[in-house]
Amino acid sequence: MAAVTEILVLVDHAEGAVRKTTAELLTLARRLGEPSAVFVGSQVGAARDALKRYGAEKIYVLDDVALTDYLVAPKAEALTQLVEQTRPAAVLIPSSAEGKEIAGRLAIKVSSGLITDAVDIQAGEAGPLTTQSVFAGSHTVNARVTHGTPIITVKPNSVTPEEVDGGAAEEAFSVTTSDAAKTARIVERRPRAATGRPELTEAAIVVSGGRGTAGNFEPVEELADALGAAVGASRAAVDSGWYPHAYQVGQTGKTVSPQLYVAVGISGAIQHRAGMQTAKTIVAVNKDDEAPIFELVDFGVVGDLHAVLPKATQAVNARKS
Amino acid sequence: MKIVCCVKYVPDATADRRFNSDHTVDRAGVDGVLSELDEYAVEEALKIREAVDESEIVVVTMGPDIARAAILKSLQMGADSGVHVVDEAIHGSDAVGTSLVLAKVIEQQQADLVLCGMASTDGSMSVLPAMLAERLELPQVTFASEVSLDGSTVRIRRDGDAATEMIEATAPLLLSVTDQANEPRYPSFKGIMAAKKKPVETVSLADLGIDAADVGLDAAWTRVEDAQSRPPRSAGTVVTDEDGTGADRLVEFLAGQKFI
Ligand SMILES: Cc1cc2nc3c(=O)[nH]c(=O)nc-3n(C[C@H](O)[C@H](O)[C@H](O)COP(=O)(O)OP(=O)(O)OC[C@H]3O[C@@H](n4cnc5c(N)ncnc54)[C@H](O)[C@@H]3O)c2cc1C
Ligand SMILES: Nc1ncnc2c1ncn2[C@@H]1O[C@H](COP(=O)(O)O)[C@@H](O)[C@H]1O
Repeated sequence: MAAVTEILVLVDHAEGAVRKTTAELLTLARRLGEPSAVFVGSQVGAARDALKRYGAEKIYVLDDVALTDYLVAPKAEALTQLVEQTRPAAVLIPSSAEGKEIAGRLAIKVSSGLITDAVDIQAGEAGPLTTQSVFAGSHTVNARVTHGTPIITVKPNSVTPEEVDGGAAEEAFSVTTSDAAKTARIVERRPRAATGRPELTEAAIVVSGGRGTAGNFEPVEELADALGAAVGASRAAVDSGWYPHAYQVGQTGKTVSPQLYVAVGISGAIQHRAGMQTAKTIVAVNKDDEAPIFELVDFGVVGDLHAVLPKATQAVNARKS
Repeated sequence: MKIVCCVKYVPDATADRRFNSDHTVDRAGVDGVLSELDEYAVEEALKIREAVDESEIVVVTMGPDIARAAILKSLQMGADSGVHVVDEAIHGSDAVGTSLVLAKVIEQQQADLVLCGMASTDGSMSVLPAMLAERLELPQVTFASEVSLDGSTVRIRRDGDAATEMIEATAPLLLSVTDQANEPRYPSFKGIMAAKKKPVETVSLADLGIDAADVGLDAAWTRVEDAQSRPPRSAGTVVTDEDGTGADRLVEFLAGQKFI
């Protein structure tokens, strides 16, 4: 009988609060073998329950300030040491900017192939088979790592997390970080103020505003709150200073894959589409019936958002009560 | 300061992008351009050259013959010279293979500063800068929304998911910039004329001392098993709000789909 295969999952968390992406990665890892969570930081106590609930059999705890005060290089070193010791069948990492950089460095260090931005993973005879969406969502690709330990970064909202009770055996893992890895230093950190809304990349519903809002995001935020949605913005809205860059959806902003995407006063440029085209259901409100966004929609309203949105918000709230 | 700026030639995003039969990106058969996001890297290099005495900018690209267009555009913007890695054997290289080749070029150039775009607009993996930093053992300051220089210390602002961070490192280092960092200039007529006389060196894998067996499709550590174009989304319902019922019909749709 083949030995049980271990799958390493790098945990994404904020002060120990485990992000939904981690539950998704653990769910995918279970298809491939036994998930082991890799927790970097000092607040594993806050994370333990969630990791156990989504099936982590082991939790490697890497508690070292060298891993949190610097950029990605020390984390890549730590994962390298863990990979060398545990010989996992795959390493799954969240597809954030940081996650991809850690993955890139790890791939070089352990001489392994790297696949980024997977939206699905299936077990296979020849190793995990991934699915990715490319060229602004116009093509789908299946790929495989053919050398070394498959390193795969996975996009948020790719699978529905499944609850499976895991052993969650904790194991401290001490790492050695080189001086060379500590040459780029974080000298200042300004955490983003909480909005009380769901995280943009994790949200089931996203309502985004564009240039058509003319700078007034209130109708967009109110509809979002009625639907329990996250708020996004087009680059035109961000460049105009109407909404922070962290909420930009698109090629150079966030990629979102929600159940429902509502584009308000957004024309639907290719760079915007690149960030939202894989949404399950797309809705748009735009006063120009020739706006390209209407080519994508499941439902569209040609009209002035300043008239349509407040009414829609009211109607949503009325249905809820 | 010697600045090496990595630029990529990519299929135009507004053209019909497609794959070859071996599942590599078709770069020869479609209209290509200098990857838009690399224009920001070139612009940042130009700004740094303006600020630091005795600086020069070498742009580097790896790709087929026509990829030279990416170098030319960068030279028109104002870069000083180019290196074009072209070799039959590099066709189909993955990020690991590409980083091997580019790292060798950068090493030969003895760069003080390596500049990259935040992602290529075709592959858009955003991993090459980190891989180069790893191979070259350089500090990496990536995804800069703002760059400032103080002697050989580079300080950037990085707008991350959870926080805005200020990050510092000392050259030699690797820097990547986002589309927030600057406003790329258009080549001027003078720039276009001047570019014609700027040197572009063509190098092969042999020139770089790289074994052809280490790069290219067969040496790639990942393999695309198949690629399909997604069926276009089926046309949805579009209503007008002329009669003022748009909002209600929208909410009916959302309720019907169980979003409320
Ligand atoms: C390198 C690069 C990267 C980019 N990255 C991104 C990215 O990540 N994300 C992104 O979004 N864009 C990105 N862009 C920009 C993109 O090309 C578009 O310029 C941008 O998406 C346009 O934003 P918009 O749709 O809000 O504005 P516009 O294209 O100006 O569209 C505004 C729309 O609002 C409608 N409108 C106006 N008034 C009203 C009203 N009262 N009621 C209803 N509708 C109204 C108009 O009919 C129009 O369709 C990038 C561009 C480049 C070159
Ligand atoms: N073939 C290439 N030639 C030169 N530079 C490249 C090449 N591929 C990627 N790069 C650089 O690496 C950055 C990130 O690319 P990627 O990791 O492919 O998204 C780009 O913005 C370029 O600066």
